[in-house]
Amino acid sequence: MAAALTVPASIVDDLPEGTPIVAFDHVSIGFEAHEVLTDISFTVARGETRIILGPAGCGKSTVMKLANGLLDPDAGEIAIFGRKLSTMSEREIFAMRAHVGMVFQESALFDSLDVEDNVAYRLHEDKVPEDQIHDRVVEALRFVELEKAIDKFPSELSGGMRRRVSIARAIITKPDLILYDSPTGGLDPITSTTIIELVVKQRDVSNTTSLLITHRLQDAFTLATHHWNTTTNQMEKIPNGDLDPNTKFLVLNEGHIVFDGTTRELTHSEDPWLKAYLE
Amino acid sequence: MSIFSPEAYAKSVVASVQEYSLLAGRAVGDLFSKPRYIADTFTQMDSIGVGSLPIVVLTGFFTGCVLALQAAVSLKEFGAVNMTGRLVALSMVKELGPVLTGLMVSGRNASGMASELGSMKVSEQIDAMRALGTDPIRKLVAPRIVATVFMLFFLTIISDACGTGGGALIAVTLLHLNGPAFFHTAYMSLVYGDVIEGLTKPLFSGFIIASIGCYYGLTTTGGTRGVGRATTQAVVVSSVLIILCDFLVTQFMIGIFGR
Repeated sequence: MAAALTVPASIVDDLPEGTPIVAFDHVSIGFEAHEVLTDISFTVARGETRIILGPAGCGKSTVMKLANGLLDPDAGEIAIFGRKLSTMSEREIFAMRAHVGMVFQESALFDSLDVEDNVAYRLHEDKVPEDQIHDRVVEALRFVELEKAIDKFPSELSGGMRRRVSIARAIITKPDLILYDSPTGGLDPITSTTIIELVVKQRDVSNTTSLLITHRLQDAFTLATHHWNTTTNQMEKIPNGDLDPNTKFLVLNEGHIVFDGTTRELTHSEDPWLKAYLE
Repeated sequence: MSIFSPEAYAKSVVASVQEYSLLAGRAVGDLFSKPRYIADTFTQMDSIGVGSLPIVVLTGFFTGCVLALQAAVSLKEFGAVNMTGRLVALSMVKELGPVLTGLMVSGRNASGMASELGSMKVSEQIDAMRALGTDPIRKLVAPRIVATVFMLFFLTIISDACGTGGGALIAVTLLHLNGPAFFHTAYMSLVYGDVIEGLTKPLFSGFIIASIGCYYGLTTTGGTRGVGRATTQAVVVSSVLIILCDFLVTQFMIGIFGR
């Protein structure tokens, strides 16, 4: 199929077994003499969904930008798909980003382009033939249930719709890693649940590795306790109170990691700060 | 209130110059490698070149008119009113055409670029572009530099022509001079070096307008207020640099052509 040729080939298939998709090794970064992240180390395995929690201003969004090479660390190493970003040229980093989808906190849609051109942006850059672009945009918009908004401009959309277009833009090239920066931030609970459903759907249908920031603990635990039923095409609670084994947590506070582990370890943690935060 | 630190200020100025130089250097370097955004370049040419045409035509025309009026008053005292054409043509082609066109295009487009890119920066669209694998310098800055340099060159020629035409109109209608004589003295006064000088200046001005406008846009911080500040700074700095560059090029050309 011609369309398949234009999708960047998955680079995770060629990685040696056990290579983490994202690896932070003693990373620190500061802005204007204020240290935002201090000695951060964690890894995200293939197929894992890593939820990053923490109070506002603790450096969660900075982690996302570091993971995509949008910021350079002051100290430490970051490896994406097994390659250290510090050893890659600017051109190689741009090529690497073709395999990474990113959903921004405020959607960051191009306001001079309509929904179709926003979602198709990466395909236009890759010089995909026009006849294929439209079909793939419709497919991506159908995934986020927004195909009717294809001709609209971002200014005509609600916050939740913009966030869904942003997800469609991130997944259209079938990336190997998706970075969700507060996809439910500032949205009402119903819209937030819709967005989380999309994240669960993407996780379970495509088995994509992802990092997700959220301020809503409820959303985080929904991700850990629910899965996508492909038969009913709905999000369902995992039976018997089981948890999604690939969903793990990273909790930050004041630039430090205070927790790195599974959902069960998080809920059973005896750390007083963590207990207070989760309550 | 923090105390003003000359050291911190000096460092920030040096850092800005360094950042600007890197941006301009990378934008020029990007012209020599793929991918090139040809469609974006043509869109910018239309926006910058065709869009600036009315203000450039009007500015050039009325500058020529004023030059003819002012020149005639002074030249009459020496009985050299027939030299009006010579003065208008030389002033327009060597100096006023390039500088005024540069300043007008700077006011219209350096501000436009700074506000457009600044708005994209504060709404994370620039980061989104980078996250989608596109180099914003290659996609946004390089096309604007090419378009501005290319179109300012032709806008200056149009401005020169309109200025000379405006001068001629005033000379014939108000000063009752001979039209063909006006154009003859204008034509005879211009030498190769004058035209080269007049057409070298817009190449520098165009580069200054686009690179400064984009630099201030891409370094915008502080929300909508920051966008306003970036826009103002872009116009002020590019206007000052255009005049400074005009002085340097003029001095350089006098060194080469001796006039």
